[in-house]
Amino acid sequence: MIATFAILLLFQCAGEAISFGFGLPVPGPVIGMLLLFAALAASARLMAIVETTGSELLRHMSLLFVPAGVGIMTAGAAVSGHLLGLALALVGSTLLTLAVTALVMRAALRHTQAGNPDA
Amino acid sequence: MLDAALPQWGRVWVYLAASPLPGLTLTLSAYAVAHAIYARSKFSPLANPVAIAIALVVAVLLASGMSYHDYFAGAQFVHFLLGPATVALAIPLARQLPRLRRLFLPLCCALTAGCATAILAAVVILDYLGGTAQLIASIGPKSASTPIAMAVSEKLGGLPALTAVLVIATGIVGAVAGRTLFNALRIDSHAVRGFALGVASHGIGTARAFQVSPEMGAFAGLGMGLNGMLTAVLAPWLLGYFL
Repeated sequence: MIATFAILLLFQCAGEAISFGFGLPVPGPVIGMLLLFAALAASARLMAIVETTGSELLRHMSLLFVPAGVGIMTAGAAVSGHLLGLALALVGSTLLTLAVTALVMRAALRHTQAGNPDA
Repeated sequence: MLDAALPQWGRVWVYLAASPLPGLTLTLSAYAVAHAIYARSKFSPLANPVAIAIALVVAVLLASGMSYHDYFAGAQFVHFLLGPATVALAIPLARQLPRLRRLFLPLCCALTAGCATAILAAVVILDYLGGTAQLIASIGPKSASTPIAMAVSEKLGGLPALTAVLVIATGIVGAVAGRTLFNALRIDSHAVRGFALGVASHGIGTARAFQVSPEMGAFAGLGMGLNGMLTAVLAPWLLGYFL
């Protein structure tokens, strides 16, 4: 468990350093995730070390959103008067995203004749 | 009389409120209650535990008069773990590598189209309806997983708290509406349905997909992971035209 946390924090540090150093708009933890992804693809041993604790952390990830989400109580002024716009943008874009992703994937599967992806 | 006998007890709340304990205790208790409700509802997407936990904490804070600032002084210890957890998202994604290699091209096409649609459609609609730059930056990354979306929103000048709520709402909309929409479009493949759910509705869509079949869930997890990465790269660039 300690080793996994040390590894995750190391990758986060590296990500934060790269994001800050190059002035990138991509958040540090996301860059850390990309780096860990590359490392895991290259090393099965690393996967064996981090998998158990990492998966345990992810299982309870929902809890970690609560403190930031409670901040919504301070966002009233910014949101007031825009509730309908936010709701329409949210529902419209989500339905459109589902449709576009599914239709493009189906067309691309037929085009590449990759066979049955369900197999 | 009691006050005189036990002078310390009158100041207990003041004493506790100055420590991180109340914020932490409240966060974990609210989540435990919310999760019990979620399990009671047989994991219905409408009973999302994060949404319920947030509502419970807000209700307690408003009732007790505790400020968000004081609450966060304790809750920040939970909040901090978002960073390592975001890094850990690479683990399930790396597990999906064989699927990713096998269907690389179709998945890339679908991901790029879906990711761009998720960001642009939301931003264009909100911009048309008069949304402020702050709100546009908050809604842009809403199809990515919560930690990624919040981090992107913060970097672009949005409100991470609002983004967290929009992300959850996006997940619920996709999880609830997905089946009807796919039926109308005559999309039957579990792989295609799952991937679209993951791209559009991240973890909540993925949880819904796992309820249907392990295969739909696996593709949803892949869609969620890939879209999280791509959103972090595309959103700052696409939103540059609107901010």
